[in-house]
Amino acid sequence: MPDDILVDIEDLQFNYDGRPVLQGINMKIPRGKVVAIMGGSGCGKTTLLRCIGGQLRPTGGRVRLEKHQVCEMSEAELYRLRRKMGMLFQFGALFTDMSVFDNVAFPLREHTDMSEEMIRDLVMMKLEAVGLRGARKLMPGELSGGMARRVALARAVALDPMLVMYDEPFTGLDPIALGVIGQLIRKLNDALGATSIMVTHDIHESLLIVDYIYFLNGGRVVAEGTPDEIRASKDPFVHQFVYAEVEGPVHFDYPAPSIRQELLAGVTRV
Amino acid sequence: MFSPASLIRKLGHATVERIWRLGFAARFFVAILRLSGTSFRRLPLTLREIYFSGVLSLLIILVSGLFVGLVLGLQGFETLQRYGSTEALGVLVALSLTRELGPVVAALLFASRAGSSVTAEIGLMKATEQLKAMDMMAVNPIARVVAPRFWGGVVAMPLLAAMFSAMGVLGGWLIGVVFIGVDDGAFWSQMQAGVDWRYDVWNGVIKSFVFGIAVSLIAVFEGYDSVPTAEGVSRAITRTVVTSALTILALDFVLTSFMFRGAS
Repeated sequence: MPDDILVDIEDLQFNYDGRPVLQGINMKIPRGKVVAIMGGSGCGKTTLLRCIGGQLRPTGGRVRLEKHQVCEMSEAELYRLRRKMGMLFQFGALFTDMSVFDNVAFPLREHTDMSEEMIRDLVMMKLEAVGLRGARKLMPGELSGGMARRVALARAVALDPMLVMYDEPFTGLDPIALGVIGQLIRKLNDALGATSIMVTHDIHESLLIVDYIYFLNGGRVVAEGTPDEIRASKDPFVHQFVYAEVEGPVHFDYPAPSIRQELLAGVTRV
Repeated sequence: MFSPASLIRKLGHATVERIWRLGFAARFFVAILRLSGTSFRRLPLTLREIYFSGVLSLLIILVSGLFVGLVLGLQGFETLQRYGSTEALGVLVALSLTRELGPVVAALLFASRAGSSVTAEIGLMKATEQLKAMDMMAVNPIARVVAPRFWGGVVAMPLLAAMFSAMGVLGGWLIGVVFIGVDDGAFWSQMQAGVDWRYDVWNGVIKSFVFGIAVSLIAVFEGYDSVPTAEGVSRAITRTVVTSALTILALDFVLTSFMFRGAS
């Protein structure tokens, strides 16, 4: 694997209860870049992220991170590798019994022998980076959705990871908070020299901050390219997605027999 | 459509599901034991859980113990009076509490008060992805979240049972000696003579320790295995209370049949 590729995914497959979720995904994530994985709800984006983090074992294919084969690692090896990863969950997943400060300090206290003074300085720096140094004493219940996401972002980068993964970082945010989170993702990635993988369906924000985009549909990569290539794309799927069109290759209705057939069948217990 | 075949299929499916879950619970228990190092190395984590499970359950345990003791005193006096042996009230109250009521009722209360809250906490942590987040931060949630809560419950339970029994004895004394007028000296001396440290008290402690393991395991398992939705967590809490109650009563029968077989 060339040195500039941090994550190399080859023919990745994953089945859930016999239903194929990922069907042969191939991706190369270069170091230092912010890469978005986009697609409609239920297309396998989060599953892919969890396979990269080793939280799910794929049914086929490979995920290589640096020189490590993620799918073949033991639990102990995975835990060692995850110390170099950070992850931002959809709604932050802050520990509700800890203050903002303790949440950000959590990975530092768990994985380092630093003194409390050193931890304090580092936590302050991380909170300063996300603009929430003044909120360090608040509990997660006292934060807005956007603030919670920023605290979670500070926690995700507390150990200066080489790879940061974002699971739907923009969900449920107002336009201002959304823009702030987007800019933070880009700035932190560049400042830390990290690599970011972002799973989202917010096309407009993503086009502003990412270096490369993969589109997933039905568990497969259906399109990919730089933001400029995506904007200029004539691919029907990309076009439908970028311009939020109702008609196109992605169907609105869940697969079902025809309505006529169902109505004529009479009442049966479902 | 109902058919015998579908009934058998459903029954078989439910049975297999339960056996599978029981196996998962056993593996989960082994994982807790294997990953308990953190709970002992970082004692504040476990002490915090002893506080939440034990200290915060004290009020309900003490008040319940007092009322059970009061009732035992009244009922015991009424029965003993028929045989002219009211001075044996102390020993009756003490034996009832140390052997049976202390461990069993305290465990039932513990399951409802502390067990349900542990299940809710772990279940909600799962529903809000806090356990997944911890796992992604290379911190094992069983070691960091589950094991301290398990050991917190195991340590707190015998202490609570002892407090329950002590409060019950006080209740029995209050009703028998203070209100009814049983002889104070007879009450305590009969108790001292009739209660054997190893046979009665120690067996009661063993019982409460076993109940502590059972209730704590059920509580953490139900939380960890809950469906991560509001409905799933509420069902898990209900299962904790119901399964704990049945397990306590069944274990009590088994332990009693081994411990107290008419010896002495």
